[in-house]
Amino acid sequence: MSTGNQRRAYGETLVELGRKDKNIVVLEADLGKSTMSYMFQQEFPERYFEMGIAEQNMASFAAGLALAGKTAFINSFAVFASGRTFDQIRQSICIGKLNVKIIGSSCGLSDFGDGATHQAVEDIAIMRAIPNMTVIAPADAIETKKAVEAAAAYKGPVYIRLNRNDMPDLFPENHEFEIGKPVLLKDGTDITVFAHGIMVSKALEAADMLKAEGISLRVVNVSTLKPLDEAAIKGYATGMKGVITAEEHSVIGGLAEITAFILRGSGLPLEAVAIQDRFGQSAHSYDELLAYYGLTSAAIANAARRLTGKG
Amino acid sequence: MAAGANISSDKVAALEQIANKLRLEIVKMIGVGKTGHLGGSCSIAEIVAVLYFYKMKHDPSNPKWAERDRFVLSKGHSALAQYAALAEAGYFGKDRLNTLKQLGSMLQGHPDFLKTPGVEANTGSLGQGLSIACGIAAGLKLDGLDSRVYCIVGDGEIAEGQIWEAAMAASFYKLDNLTVFVDVNGIQATGPVAQRFDTSPLYDKWKAFGWHVIEIDGHDVGQIINALDSAEGIKGKPTAILARTVKGKGIPFAENTAAFHNGAMTEEQYSQACSILEEKAGVRG
Repeated sequence: MSTGNQRRAYGETLVELGRKDKNIVVLEADLGKSTMSYMFQQEFPERYFEMGIAEQNMASFAAGLALAGKTAFINSFAVFASGRTFDQIRQSICIGKLNVKIIGSSCGLSDFGDGATHQAVEDIAIMRAIPNMTVIAPADAIETKKAVEAAAAYKGPVYIRLNRNDMPDLFPENHEFEIGKPVLLKDGTDITVFAHGIMVSKALEAADMLKAEGISLRVVNVSTLKPLDEAAIKGYATGMKGVITAEEHSVIGGLAEITAFILRGSGLPLEAVAIQDRFGQSAHSYDELLAYYGLTSAAIANAARRLTGKG
Repeated sequence: MAAGANISSDKVAALEQIANKLRLEIVKMIGVGKTGHLGGSCSIAEIVAVLYFYKMKHDPSNPKWAERDRFVLSKGHSALAQYAALAEAGYFGKDRLNTLKQLGSMLQGHPDFLKTPGVEANTGSLGQGLSIACGIAAGLKLDGLDSRVYCIVGDGEIAEGQIWEAAMAASFYKLDNLTVFVDVNGIQATGPVAQRFDTSPLYDKWKAFGWHVIEIDGHDVGQIINALDSAEGIKGKPTAILARTVKGKGIPFAENTAAFHNGAMTEEQYSQACSILEEKAGVRG
């Protein structure tokens, strides 16, 4: 299976958007080499603002650029983009529904070496809670490109979380992305897995693993965490034996709680594959860290076995 | 200096009168027995009057005019001064001023540009407005517009670290279309700034952050005009105008009194304030 990198897809898409629209501006807080916003800087230095290691000013400055008619992309690691600048995003950007896109790079545990300070396990919860905010966690590089294009076309604040590491390609190049719309990636008859980000590919792996055991998984990519098509979630869950949510995020405030809330009263059993209420830590590899926190295809398969009484 | 170099003494007197009209409206908006940000709204009355009625290019009948100058009130709690000026300028009827803070009103407790014509940004979480003003200034430059951006920060507000991030960004990006007033009224919500969290020395700080710095009496209309006019001639760096002011200026019982940062007036105080200000505003009747 081919792979791609969300950060690289983002950087390349920004440049393409910049060529089409002179009102696209990009702000960076000294992580441009990592977030890959530097690609935009190389082609459009006059529309690229290096804001130094001062994320709070970057966010409110971007609000000002938006007020002057620009579409502003601000960049940092997800942990800082959602945490350090929470109040600026809330007050300067979201109350006025300003056209600022917040790109949270190196999300979840994907910055595996840097440890808890650099690993965003709660960014979706934080960003979802702000009125007027749209939250997107793409599952591969192709969906990243489409989501960034959709965010640029949408008038208002959008938070996009991106993975640091290469990921399997899941979508065709002509994938049509729509904000808020869950996408069925693989149909099945026993259990529905709702997932976002890296865990979508793990869910597809789990589906393959379980075939031989006679357990059929339906895999739905829920890359938009807000707003969400609740009817679609209900539709994909109805008639199944149970539901699994899989996400590289805290079990608090992410897809697990979203899904449980949407399906309340349905009687469907739900298992959450997520980071429990814990911080991350350093590891030598991403896979090692994902395994430690239980974010694996095996964990999804085990949950499916439990839900089908075969565990 | 009594009057600005570019303006007649009659015009100065007229602006002084407008400033007191704004104070009168501020007092009326707050009314009796309800708390309101009286002190910090009154300390900026002359600055706001000079901006809206002398300096800024703006069109109340076309609030989104692309070439307008922008005003961002970073110390958003002093919104009453801006609302009074917007009504005086004709952005909306003065009758709307009595709807302040009512459920559903266009006049929120802190500025909201989606609700109030003439307001440029959402401010109120202190320390953010200067960054927003910087971003607007940078955006105007990108578009090749010669519009200017004016911002007011409080001397208490500048304890916020983000102010100094913005101060660095403004000089780094050479935002010479940006002029910031520091409302140096010396008093924050709970008492004197110097005794709470001293933000001085102001001149040295702004200078060190790469700004052109001017010190004035913030109630002297002539000095405000001169400072604003001279700021336009400064190229390659932003200008900070350190305006010494009196919190609650023009209302004897509120002057230099922290309790009127966000205080309520008695019936007697309200009548006294109205009476004094009607006289100064030339609207006694």
